[in-house]
Amino acid sequence: MKSEQRWGIYSRAFLGLMRRDLRVLSRELVPFLVRVAMNPLLFLFVFTYVMPHMSGGAKMSPVAGMAAAGGGGGFGTVLLPGLMAVAIMFSGIAAVALPLAQEFGITREIDDRVMCPLPIAAVAMEKIVFSAIQSVIAAALVFPLAYYVPSTPVLAHVSSWWLLIAVLVLASLVAGALGLTIGTSVQPKQIGLIFGVVVVPITFLGCVYYPWAALGHIRWLQWGVLVNPIVYMSEGLRAALTPSMGHMPEALILAMLVFFLVLLTWVGMKGFARRVLS
Amino acid sequence: MSETIVAITGLRKVYGGKNPVTAVDGIDLRVPAGTIYGLLGPNGAGKTTTISIATTRAIPTAGSVRIAGVDVVAQPALARQSIGVVPQYNTLDRSCTVAENIYFHCRYFGMNKGEAEGRTARLLEQFRLSDRAKAYPQALSGGLAQRLQIARAIAHKPKVLFLDEPSAGLDPQSRIAMWDAVQALRGEGITVVLTTHYMEEADELCDRLAIIDHGKILIEDTPAALKASVGGDKIYDLRMRDADAREKLEERLRAVEGVTGVEAIPGGIRVLARAQDGLLARVVMTANECGLQDVTTTEPSLETVFIRMTGRELRE
Ligand SMILES: Nc1ncnc2c1ncn2[C@@H]1O[C@H](COP(=O)(O)OP(=O)(O)O)[C@@H](O)[C@H]1O
Ligand SMILES: [Mg+2]
Repeated sequence: MKSEQRWGIYSRAFLGLMRRDLRVLSRELVPFLVRVAMNPLLFLFVFTYVMPHMSGGAKMSPVAGMAAAGGGGGFGTVLLPGLMAVAIMFSGIAAVALPLAQEFGITREIDDRVMCPLPIAAVAMEKIVFSAIQSVIAAALVFPLAYYVPSTPVLAHVSSWWLLIAVLVLASLVAGALGLTIGTSVQPKQIGLIFGVVVVPITFLGCVYYPWAALGHIRWLQWGVLVNPIVYMSEGLRAALTPSMGHMPEALILAMLVFFLVLLTWVGMKGFARRVLS
Repeated sequence: MSETIVAITGLRKVYGGKNPVTAVDGIDLRVPAGTIYGLLGPNGAGKTTTISIATTRAIPTAGSVRIAGVDVVAQPALARQSIGVVPQYNTLDRSCTVAENIYFHCRYFGMNKGEAEGRTARLLEQFRLSDRAKAYPQALSGGLAQRLQIARAIAHKPKVLFLDEPSAGLDPQSRIAMWDAVQALRGEGITVVLTTHYMEEADELCDRLAIIDHGKILIEDTPAALKASVGGDKIYDLRMRDADAREKLEERLRAVEGVTGVEAIPGGIRVLARAQDGLLARVVMTANECGLQDVTTTEPSLETVFIRMTGRELRE
């Protein structure tokens, strides 16, 4: 068979899988939007609206002082890139890891998609790509929230669109690959534990609620969190959106995002193949 | 014999782990195009494993499977174009409706929107699912879900349809509906390979059969030829009062006209014979002199074939 013919078959199958996922998502559009918006909405509401209205609120939020020192704009400015990173990562878990747990469950409903004329790695790739699309939407939703909710305006400024797009796309793909790795390495029964054991720790230790530079006084932690891919998502978005806040070097951020993308994609695909082939 | 569509050669599968299990132990098989071919064997015989390998879902330890000339290990993605599968368990997409299950399957296999919609409508009609088109698979009964799985599996017009235990868990009525649906596929030129441990199903449905046990094929032929291999078309099981007379009786029975075989069974004697008038009376008269208690007559079934080959019952 000629190779163009083969690519034709593969690309139609890949698009077919995307169409199926799109149809399923479109039916769940409202729950999807609620799920995506709830976390950033509440975070912004409590920390950038409620707390500043409480007496002594600023003192309760130690980062607020630092945010001011780092260039002004309040805690909202720290939170915007961080909450986008969380939204991206949550989407990866919700779009890949949780459905996979169901699809690998008793019914094995993924079988029909695995049986389409496409290499198995490409079926896994489709999961990552479709998840990345949801991540980008989720990240975009944080913008209007960060604009309207905080009592002190957020200081966002896109210094380089290229950097923003590169970070956004890479971070979204990393989140999908992370979801694939988790979804294929955890037994379906235990998927509920994932939030407590993986999602919450990588969020809180992901430089989401504070810039990485602010960890300077806790050296061991500052080095320790470097194994967490969420750090590079938050720092990357910080570099692209709120450059006045201190952030890691841009080249390092991009390199580390590529590194985690390759690593997690490889592990996730291995796991996927192991789960569908015997 | 006509063209071979599924060619299995020297197939072996050993599941690794602490206690390795040899699930398939050297299977060779040729399925002629256009037939309904059965793999009949007890639970654990290796039927599902054989089907999984043939449908690119398991990697063989040794040997090869070619579907329409395409090696399933070397070219899994392309082999899948010629394959339709209905696995042992329900694999319907529960996030999609009945119609969407078929529609998106068509899209995966490269049909455009119009073609996929047309094919979906026709299949829903053919499998009498049109009135449930907008239902979700969870709402279907076992029989309907099975029909939908078959409809979806043939939606891309595969050359071979694999059905793993298609009637497991179906009520008798749904089973017959399923048999009709499978038989109708013959008219569409689709070769069917099915596994079963119901000998009635194998007998009723299949043009050819391979009896499989412990990962090996014991015998392969048409159901009629398999039953004929028992050596008679009537079986009389004689229950005898005392064991002493048996040997003498065996000799005398062998001399009766029409009897083709005599063998000892627990508590008596089994007589194999060609059906003819007055035969039962002659057998009973002969045996009566030696203390006959009871007689049961049966015809050879695939069950008899299996018991003769393995010394065990097919269903335990
Ligand atoms: N994934 C697996 N891992 C280990 N052993 C398996 C696996 N699947 C099947 N087996 C074993 O292989 C043998 C054949 O199983 P199977 O092919 O399912 O038989 P059948 O479909 O005829 O009932 C059985 O002993 C079974 O326990
Ligand atoms: Mg089986």
